[in-house]
Parts: sequence; structure tokens; C-alpha cells
Amino acid sequence: MPREEIKPWLRTRFFPHIWCPGCGHGIILHAILRSLVDLGKTREETVIASGIGCSSRMPGYINANTVHTTHGRSLAFATGIKLAKPELTVIDVMGDGDCTAIGGNHFIHACRRNIDITAIVMNNNIYGITGGQASPTTPVGARATTAPYGAIDTPFDICRLAEGAGASYVARATIAQPVLCEQYIKKAIQKKGFSVVEIITHCHTQFGRKNKRPNPVDNLIFFKENSIPKAKAKEMTEEEKKGKIVIGEFVDREGLEYTEAYLKLIERVRG
Amino acid sequence: MPKKLAFWQGNMAVAMGGIAAGCRFFGGYPITPSSEIAEVMAEELPKINGRFIQMEDEIGGIAATIGASIAGYKAMTATSGPGFSLKQENLGLAYMAEIPIVVIDVMRGGPSTGLPTRVSQQDVMQARWGTHGDHGTIAYAPSSVQECFELTIDAFNMAERFRQPVLVMSDEVIGHMREKVVIPEPGSYPIVDRKRPKVSPEEFVPYLADPADDVPAMASFGDGYRWHVTGLTHNDYGFPTNEPEEIGKKHLRLVRKVERFRDEIVKYDLEQTEGAEILVVSYGCVARSAVRAVREARAKGIRVGHFRPITLWPFPDKELIQAAGQAKKVIVPELNCGQMISEVKIALGCKAEIIPSNLVNGEILRPHEILATIEEVA
Ligand SMILES: Cc1ncc(C[n+]2csc(CCOP(=O)(O)OP(=O)(O)O)c2C)c(N)n1
Ligand code: SF4
Repeated sequence: MPREEIKPWLRTRFFPHIWCPGCGHGIILHAILRSLVDLGKTREETVIASGIGCSSRMPGYINANTVHTTHGRSLAFATGIKLAKPELTVIDVMGDGDCTAIGGNHFIHACRRNIDITAIVMNNNIYGITGGQASPTTPVGARATTAPYGAIDTPFDICRLAEGAGASYVARATIAQPVLCEQYIKKAIQKKGFSVVEIITHCHTQFGRKNKRPNPVDNLIFFKENSIPKAKAKEMTEEEKKGKIVIGEFVDREGLEYTEAYLKLIERVRG
Repeated sequence: MPKKLAFWQGNMAVAMGGIAAGCRFFGGYPITPSSEIAEVMAEELPKINGRFIQMEDEIGGIAATIGASIAGYKAMTATSGPGFSLKQENLGLAYMAEIPIVVIDVMRGGPSTGLPTRVSQQDVMQARWGTHGDHGTIAYAPSSVQECFELTIDAFNMAERFRQPVLVMSDEVIGHMREKVVIPEPGSYPIVDRKRPKVSPEEFVPYLADPADDVPAMASFGDGYRWHVTGLTHNDYGFPTNEPEEIGKKHLRLVRKVERFRDEIVKYDLEQTEGAEILVVSYGCVARSAVRAVREARAKGIRVGHFRPITLWPFPDKELIQAAGQAKKVIVPELNCGQMISEVKIALGCKAEIIPSNLVNGEILRPHEILATIEEVA
């Protein structure tokens, strides 16, 4: 059950939610709300944006300024909101398909621009809402409705993508480490600049059913057993890391933030 | 007091008209022949504490523009041909979520990359039906640089009034042509701002429309009202719905809010239509040639008039019927293979012979060419 302070952040009018019982997205919603409450954010100053997908239905359940946009495009909408009102705390929640397939271009450019938005990518390795098609993070060999013989294309490493594209803060955890999730989300929100928290979650209904992890609990156990901290991963060979989930903070750097740079430009132009 | 005069390109006038209307945000992506609009905005907006952003593509450009409008800004984007195609999906979101924005399309030849530097009028039906799904459309077609300025102000006013995207369908000729512009004094023309909620945040129902105009009041992100924006069909609370009654109510309102006020939106221009036996119907850059041709034909004693829809959408059909009067022949010159002519046919039916005159070679229809058509049918 959520803590008392979290309840006002939930739009109970919009319940019941659409998620399957046991879906990992709920754990992430809770971690985001705990982070916002602990950081003392108000609902009025908070914006939650999303694209389209099971994960992207999250903003509807959050009693803040929320916008459920088009598939893959939420970061571009969020960029407009943030540039218009830099004082707002903007969080963008996306699925792996939303963020790295159709939205891949907006994602790398948001990283490059280093605009002060927190991107939370709920990576369940599949397109959940549309019925279990392959996503750019479906592991090689895993089955999907559009990869009935197993996926053959190399998946993205979202954190490395974000690092290479210029994000200021990049971290990964799984829903089996909810405290870590919360810790990373808090750091990401506090970070001045573009931050990315990839949260490995499960879609037992679509991915699990086809890949021998049909129950939520199977997935949590899988995540617990296969998560390895970044430090440990450093000592492992590529072969040993196969199928493992490396968790930890990958980037924590300072850089010129976009809206700050724009406000400075305004000052310079206006003299 | 001396009037303020300028000698501007159409694209410059569109940008300055936007600013005069209160536009303080521009999100876009460069594309010929619209890029000057973005360039002017990049230069001018920071001077007045506005925001300009060059996005990674046209999809991002309109998305950022919609985002800024949700945050309370008057915002616009500008594009051409391929970019207008890319914007269609998010244009639909703005219709559905009822977010006011202005979109400028400076028409060039298509399909595809087509003719980047040459004029066409091939996007006028895309303006009406380009995004999937029903909605009311408001689209203007300027015929002069002065109109680029004035109609962009009108576009913002209508966008704010009806809470939806409004389009300005300029074209390569109008966009790049230089002409004298009389800049009106600020305060001498009306400026419309979106209706703000009159109730407290607790009582605010974001899509509860006022029956008087079918338009709900709009809060901005960050001003204390918390609300949900979605492209899913939603109820008055902004929550996605599958209830047939709620679906129908929302959907019909999106169309009705424009239809109801059609008479206040529609704009058109007449030239010597009294007693005309022949009527020429044209818009945008073509209307400049057509009006000249009509004047020359009149001088030769041909009873011909000209009707210019300034709003392509809603199409001024009643006004066209009135202007056509007893005319037996109606010529519709267009820089496409016949798009707005369908609307002329719907309006005039079998009352007149409707004669297309199309040019799709990247050139503009010249006055003597239209005059020749008039003389041919006279
Ligand atoms: C332009 C467009 N293309 C395709 C779709 C269909 N679609 C909706 S969500 C989605 C993928 C969702 O996957 P993901 O982002 O990983 O989220 P999940 O449902 O797994 O949480 C697809 C393909 C769409 N809504 N819009
Ligand atoms: S389909 Fe998958 S991602 Fe969607 S709610 Fe169900 S479990 Fe979650």
C-alpha cells in the first residue's frame, strides 16, 4: 500500500488502471511518486509526459500536469514545455519501444541538448500494449509475435546510447531493486541536465509467456539472480556478462543545460 | 500619425504577424521555401523574451510547439511539403487534445521532395484531411505579403478562440515575394486569448465545454491547475473513454465548434462579380494573376468576375453561391490537378459549367494565360 503522502498524487478517479495484475510498471510508478514526495516537489510544479504504450499510460494516474502524447514523441513535447517554463520539473516516462524505436531520434537529441528533463525508460524488452511484438531491446534469440523464430537483431544498450549522446546522468536498475530505483530517480530529478534512468521491468503477459517467464514472480527472481553491479561487471568477460543485467550509475557529469543556455542567450541579446 | 511601412517577404510578414499576435514560441525544422520564417523567429524571439528552438525534425517541431502551448504560450511552427506531411500525426493530437497552435505551410511542388524551390497549391486538401480522423479545419490562403501579416494574426486569434490548430497555407511565390506592408499600430487590431478557467483547481473539469461556444476553458501547466492531456478520445475529465455516449459527445463537439461559427470565420474577396456571366474562383498567388485577368477582360467588355476564398477551410460556399449569381461558367485556375474545384462543384452543383484550369509545372499561372481561358469560354 502506498504511503499516506503519496495518495494525493494518485488520480484515483482514473482507476482501475489498465495494467495486467503483476505488471512491473506499477512498481515504477510507486518509485517515481516516492521520489517526488521525498524531494518535496509539489503536484503543481510537476509535469509527467509520455508517449504511447502500457508504460506510457502512467501519467493518467498521476495527479499532476500530465500529457500523454503520440508514440515516441513525448520528449519533443516535453522539450517545448520545459523551454516554455524552465521552472517546472519535467519527467518523461517511456517504454523501450517508445523511447528507442520510433522515438530514438528525439531521445538522442534530448541527450545531446542536455535539457533538464528526467527520462525514465521502462524496459520490458517488448511491445506490451500492441501484443508482444519485438522491440529494439528484445534480446537476440528471444521470441516475440513478430520474431516467432527468435529475434536476430542486436538490441540497444539504452544507457550506453544515452551516454554517447550526451546525457548528464545515466543509471540502470531493475524493479527487483525498488530502493535503488528510487535512489536513481531522485538523483536524476535533482540533476541539472538531461538524465536517463533505465528500469528493467517485465511484461509477463507478452514477453514472459513466450520466453518461459509467464509469472511476475519468475521475472522478479530472474532480475534478482541476473543483476550485477557495474563494479563487478568490470571484472567479467563479455562472455560471462551475456544475459546479465548490469546495474548502477554510468554517467554523472556536469554540462551546460539547454534552458539555462537559452535564458543566457536572451540576456545577451537583450543586453 | 505616419503609418509604419515595411518592405517584406511573405515569410517575414508571417513571422512578424505571429509576433504581433502574441506568438512567443517557435519550434521548427528548416525546409525550403519556409525556412525564412524560422530564421526570423530565431532572431526576433529572444529579443522579446520568447523562445525559438530548432528541433531534430518536423515532428519534433510541432510537438515542441504543442508543448509550449500547453505551458501557456502562443506558439507556432512553419514548414513546407514533406514537413507538412510529417506534422500530420501531431496536428491530430492538437485537434483531439484541443491545443491552440498555428501551423504555416509554404506550399511547394509535390509529391515527395518534388519541387523544393517552385510553387504549387497541392496541399490544400491535405490541410483539410491530412491527419486521420474528423475535425473542423480553419485554413487561410494569403494572396499578398500584407495578408501574410494580417492572416497570421487572424490564425492565432482563431486558434485561441476555438482551441485548435489553425493553418496558414502560403505558397512559394507569396512566401518569397517582397511587397509593401502597412504595419498596424499594436492595439488597433483585435487580439484573442484562450479562455482561462473561472473555477478553482479543485472544481476544474478540463474538457467541460461551455454550451455557448462548445469550447472548454484552458489552464496552462504550471499555473496551479492539474489536468491530463491525451490524444486518446476522452471524457470531460480528460480521461480516456470507451463509452459510446462520451465518445460521440467529444467527437461531434470537435467538428461542431467550428461549424457553428462558420459565418464568423469565413473570409473571401470579390472583384467585379455584379452581373458576371463568367466567374473565376482562385486563391493564393493565383488570385493575383486572376484578378488582373478579370480586370483586363472587363476592359474588353467581357462580363466576368472573381471570387477569392481567403479561408480555404471552412470553404465560403454560401458566399460563392451568392457571388456566382447567374454566371453560367465558372473557371477554377489552380496550381494542382484540381483540388478546391471539388468544393466549387459541391457549392454550385449543376447551376454552372465548372471549368478547371490547372498548371503543375512549377510555374505560376500568368494573367494572360487566365485571360486566354476567360476569352475562350466567353
Ligand atoms: C505512430 C504509431 N505507430 C504505432 C503505434 C502502435 N504502438 C503503440 S504502443 C507501441 C509499442 C509499445 O511498446 P513500449 O513502448 O515498449 O511500451 P509497453 O507497452 O511495452 O509498455 C506501438 C507499436 C502507435 N500508437 N503509433
Ligand atoms: S501487457 Fe505487459 S506491459 Fe502491458 S500491462 Fe500487461 S504486463 Fe504490463
